[in-house]
Amino acid sequence: MDRSRLLTLPLLALCLPAAAETGALDWHGSVLANYASRLGTTRHDKPPSGDFLLGEERLQLQLSGTAPGGGAGYFAKTDFLRDEANADSAVDVREAYLTYAKGSLDLRAGRQIHTWGVGDLLFINDLFPKNYAALFSGRPMEYLKTGAGSFKASVYSEKASLDIIATPAFEPDQFPTSQSFFLFDPFSQVTNRVESKPRHDLGNVELAARLSRPVLGFDAALYAYRGFFRSPSMEPDSITAPTKLTIVYPRLAVYGASLQGNAAGGVLSFEAGYYDSRQDIAGTDPLIPNSETRFLAGYQRSPWTDFTAGIQYYGEYMQNYSRYVAALPAGLPKQDHLRQLLTLRLTQFLKYQTWKLSLFSFWSPTDRDFYLIPEVSCHVTDELTAAVGANVFGGAHNSTFLGQLDKNDNLYLSMRYEF
Amino acid sequence: MTKTILQLMIAAALLTPASAAPATAQPMDAAGIVGKMQQAFFSPGDSFRARIKMTLKDVSGGERFRELTMLRVNMPGGDQKYFMYFHAPGDVRRMAFLVYKYAAKESDRWLFIPALNLVQRIAAKDSQSSFVGSDFSYEDVSGRNIGSDTHKLLREEELGGKPCYVVESMPKAAAAYKRKVSWIDKTTFMPLREEYYDVQDQLFREFSAEEIKEIDGIPTAMKRTMKNVKSGHQTVVEFSEAKYRLALKAEDFSERALRNPPGSWIK
Repeated sequence: MDRSRLLTLPLLALCLPAAAETGALDWHGSVLANYASRLGTTRHDKPPSGDFLLGEERLQLQLSGTAPGGGAGYFAKTDFLRDEANADSAVDVREAYLTYAKGSLDLRAGRQIHTWGVGDLLFINDLFPKNYAALFSGRPMEYLKTGAGSFKASVYSEKASLDIIATPAFEPDQFPTSQSFFLFDPFSQVTNRVESKPRHDLGNVELAARLSRPVLGFDAALYAYRGFFRSPSMEPDSITAPTKLTIVYPRLAVYGASLQGNAAGGVLSFEAGYYDSRQDIAGTDPLIPNSETRFLAGYQRSPWTDFTAGIQYYGEYMQNYSRYVAALPAGLPKQDHLRQLLTLRLTQFLKYQTWKLSLFSFWSPTDRDFYLIPEVSCHVTDELTAAVGANVFGGAHNSTFLGQLDKNDNLYLSMRYEF
Repeated sequence: MTKTILQLMIAAALLTPASAAPATAQPMDAAGIVGKMQQAFFSPGDSFRARIKMTLKDVSGGERFRELTMLRVNMPGGDQKYFMYFHAPGDVRRMAFLVYKYAAKESDRWLFIPALNLVQRIAAKDSQSSFVGSDFSYEDVSGRNIGSDTHKLLREEELGGKPCYVVESMPKAAAAYKRKVSWIDKTTFMPLREEYYDVQDQLFREFSAEEIKEIDGIPTAMKRTMKNVKSGHQTVVEFSEAKYRLALKAEDFSERALRNPPGSWIK
């Protein structure tokens, strides 16, 4: 990291209180210490980074303000971090955007985090960038979502609301790397790899839209997306004797809908989306994902004070399955026609909500794999929060999404002071 | 002080004739008294805004704070919409909470989590759950449906020099308490004191309205306390910058406000 930038920080901090008094600027932030260690480590065959998945300290600064007459504003949130586990220092601009509101129109331009859809840690129509490596190694939940430089326009009317988001530069989802995680890799012998991200062309601008309105007391929404699969596909130069892999992000269009509202003493959620794989419409290319219909149903309720339980059923139904099976090269693991997943979230608050016990679990009956996140967190004071938790993975096969992470169980600790 | 309160009472009687039943009038039925109390306490004025400071005190003297801005607008038919924006502490800063409260069915509730830019619906059947870790439940903040309890007028007596109706309310279905006894000011219909009894008929929770001030002609509880008698934990709620009859539109209580709260609302 640029040292001069670090030096400007204390100076900035000195200037801030004076500016804050004018009421034009609001500044806050936090210091986070976050550590994670592998559990049940193997003596041999360790990933290059060793037992520690995270050893980082972060200073987060948030600045925001609004124009005296209203209408315009800005928000910026930047992390300055040092990660001992990866011997890395960095500046991470999490969000930095400008806002303008007039009448029934809201505009927002810059690096921003977008979230929509009704799933709980399951995303169908939310096709915005995510950092699964952060989730799997025990960073706080906010780090699952990453900002994207984008332009958002929202139009509100009594009938419906419309959001349109344009993202010029594609950013892939971040997955753990073999540097610190044990992962399934069907082409592990091929070390010559090139990543080919969609070029920064006008034709590659990602577009996402949502039209929403209440329907009979439920929140109803329609979604559309045009862009790219955010998880990579690997293209070998030869299927039988590959020497080079190109990591690509094939074109994708998604059309979906969601519905959420009160029912049966709790909150009921439904969401579905059709994933149209634009570069493999026939479904015959084994290296590009086939088109799929994804859907989920969820129910959440609070049977007793300060306790909430939520369950979800999620499915991915592959179109043109017989063509996929016929085209699949020997030796590559076969996906199911209907991949299913169940999730359960339990949350209990104790002692005036200063303690929180939570468990999130994924379990797939078709992949026969699972992922558990038990966590205990405590508000030591209003400012200081400490959390201890674990990421526990397992499965019958090492080629499934969660099963491949079997040997990466880890325990994490995070402490955060907010000011 | 007494004179001020007397002036307030007279002013209130003049300004709100509907709720100004003189102490000597015919005894009202208990449900009618509770109805007037709910009107006076939870929904006076067409709309309302206040900055709220909550102090959570534990028995060993430790204190925690919550600061928020609350807006309310009344809808036809007794429905209400609430919007709450949190200023502090840091872990809830910029969070916003939207409630559509219905007279006849469970509330709709949405929470905005700024770090994820996420609007999340919250399970509704937790009206007894603690409001942001305080001694107040969601129900204490926005009111309990009047038909959920049977009400009985126990007696009439003075509390702190003010003539009160003493009303007992017993939940028809299972609730956090077995019975509640309320001292309701005969003039302003404000609840001055409430006692909650558990299944063993032991007092476990006490509410008191310590400071009632007239704002825009409406008696308003500017300071109130809920104390857990058994644990010694208590929460003091103080209102400031209170204002009634604002130019708020019901349709502004929306997802847009959760994600981008209007500056004029949360200042």
